[in-house]
Amino acid sequence: MNQMANMSGAHALIEALKRQEVKVIFGITGGAIMPVYDVLYDDTDVRHILCRHEQCAAHAADGYARASGKPGICMSTSGPGATNLVTGIANAYMDSSPVIALTGQVSTYAPNSSYMIGRDAFQEADIIGITTPITKYNIQVTKAAEIPKVVKTAFHIATSGRPGPVLIDLPKDVQTNCAEMDFSEKIQLRGYKPQYNPHPLQVEKAAESLVNAEKPLILAGGGVTSSNAFQELLQLAELLMAPVATTLMGKGSFPENHPLSLGNIGMHGTRSANQLILEADVLLAVGTRFSDRSTGNLDSFCPNAKIIHIDIDSAEIGKNVDIDIPIVADAKRTLIAIFGLLLNQLKKRKDSVWSRRVKEVKEQLQNNLPNGEGKGLKPKDLLIELRKILPEDTIVTTEVGQNQMWAALHYQVLKPRTFISSGGLGTMGFGFPAALGAKVACPDRPVLDIAGDGSFIMTEQDLACSVMENIPVTVIVLNNSVLGMPAQWQRLFYNRRYSAVNLGHVPDFVKLAEAYGAKGARVESQEAFSRIVRDALRSDVTTVIDVPISSEENVFPIIPPGRGLNDMAVG
Amino acid sequence: MKNQKAHIIAAIVEHKPGVLYSVSNMFRRRGFNIDSITVGPSEQEDLARMTITVKGEDKTLEQVIKQMNKLIEVVKVSRLDPENIVTREMALIKVHVSKTEARSDIIDYVEVFRGRVIDVSPETLMAEITGTSDKIDAFIELMKTFGIREIARTGITALSRGLKSVRIEE
Repeated sequence: MNQMANMSGAHALIEALKRQEVKVIFGITGGAIMPVYDVLYDDTDVRHILCRHEQCAAHAADGYARASGKPGICMSTSGPGATNLVTGIANAYMDSSPVIALTGQVSTYAPNSSYMIGRDAFQEADIIGITTPITKYNIQVTKAAEIPKVVKTAFHIATSGRPGPVLIDLPKDVQTNCAEMDFSEKIQLRGYKPQYNPHPLQVEKAAESLVNAEKPLILAGGGVTSSNAFQELLQLAELLMAPVATTLMGKGSFPENHPLSLGNIGMHGTRSANQLILEADVLLAVGTRFSDRSTGNLDSFCPNAKIIHIDIDSAEIGKNVDIDIPIVADAKRTLIAIFGLLLNQLKKRKDSVWSRRVKEVKEQLQNNLPNGEGKGLKPKDLLIELRKILPEDTIVTTEVGQNQMWAALHYQVLKPRTFISSGGLGTMGFGFPAALGAKVACPDRPVLDIAGDGSFIMTEQDLACSVMENIPVTVIVLNNSVLGMPAQWQRLFYNRRYSAVNLGHVPDFVKLAEAYGAKGARVESQEAFSRIVRDALRSDVTTVIDVPISSEENVFPIIPPGRGLNDMAVG
Repeated sequence: MKNQKAHIIAAIVEHKPGVLYSVSNMFRRRGFNIDSITVGPSEQEDLARMTITVKGEDKTLEQVIKQMNKLIEVVKVSRLDPENIVTREMALIKVHVSKTEARSDIIDYVEVFRGRVIDVSPETLMAEITGTSDKIDAFIELMKTFGIREIARTGITALSRGLKSVRIEE
């Protein structure tokens, strides 16, 4: 197609999306977005996946984005369609995921009619007002001719710098109006220029501290994944002989079977990570925002360390933790620059005093993480077993709560972008639709959701989407029949006063799966678990595996809320 | 509250609908307090200028500026150096005037403050005062003895002295 053409706003939208190489849209139609769906009816290039709730569409787009590294697209109608996207958008915002949300809106103006923006028309919601604090950028299109430029701008903002969700609100008349569309128009953003290259002086300072460090430790966050800096992180860690701890968002940025890997830090971090970070003399933090769940009480976080912080978002520097050497830049470019300087000054070693200490701590602490007290199948054993069963490139998503923290603690992630979890917002119901999105992005790889019964039930209706759209994934429901994490807190901090956490044994997840045309299976033993998971991976339809576990099972270690990393309870 | 200095921030923003909302919403959600905010066109047609007064420690101010910079529609943000700026605020003050002597006293005060009387009625008098916020506070304090009916203040607006500027070079 030429750069100029006369067409409707809806046609221009789809054309502009194709120019951004969009292949898939997750969504649900409705009154105010029907002109766009009418265009999709004839379109053979863009696959539309009909979700059963807009929240799932947003999470699926998020899962697609995290698995592929490309923006994920979700779409809904105005009003309730748009507000149902909100949880998914907030989730993408907290975890810096490039999601593009397209929402229908009531018309800006319709002659002799009251259906106009601002008049409380049917299914009108101020989605721009609602999503301003949870999007990187949002915009309501007021003229059809603006669509090509708006789409270009949205993709640029969502995917550059620190990625994040962008919402485009499309009034119905803007979709139907025809205009001369110019697809060649350049975008201009005077107020947005991400800083990719690190300042050479800051890189020198960082390199100098690292050369002189006796006990350097690297803390890797989600920014390593966003900038695809896995290789660079690995080579720097090996040169420095520096152990690597990750935040929940950073899990997967460093192979967890590597001798220098410590696993996660934080509230449910590993004992070795939380121990060694307290001993470090230089902390190199890469693409992390020092969330409260990672740092614990700030007064006892890294008391002796000089802190180097690399982040592309300057507002993250000094927001939570005081920084000695800030570097506002892309993680990958900065790690390359630091490595370049260190290579001249450090020799590759087999080991060091510090690396022997790391090994010692890992042997002492890592391997004796306690199993829970409850009877029956143990989440820890199941997750360790799972690692043996699953191919390395399997994408694992999680729900939120105990299931998620068990997975973070016990399931080793070996490859980048193969662990997808709701880190910042902690959205129950995220894992299953995110798995669907990941499977659409990577159809040749197994995708598996580690779930709890409480979370899975929040979005299980999209089993219908998974069956109808042929998106086979595996859901493992660690079913303790309670809202497990609140129950654990009530057990530990509220005198076992179990307030509103009992879910009963409802529903029967096997029957539930079958009702949707998916497969259901119940696991009663560790042997059966392995066999059933293997079957599920080969299945061409989604399998829900119900794994009854004790409701008394705890996640340990835990840093009690408000306490520091030195205050770990292990059981 | 220690070290809660008032800082004046000047921001050049895209002159578009919704920008004031983005900025004020960011302040609200992050718990920053706006003492006053003034918005108007800048020397460039498609850019507007905001002058915001914020109270807080230096660390808070740093976060305010960084978080403002992060907004896509905000093109430039600077804290104005308090040693090197001119600040002005304008206020309209409507006072009850029952007695004739009071009326002439008020007019004298307005003159001392280099203000102007801009409306009179049998029961009221309206004065316009321009100056620093302290000067306006002082004038309002004086007027309290007469009985204030209404006050409208613009909030602080400010520019750096000399060549130092917060502007976008074209």
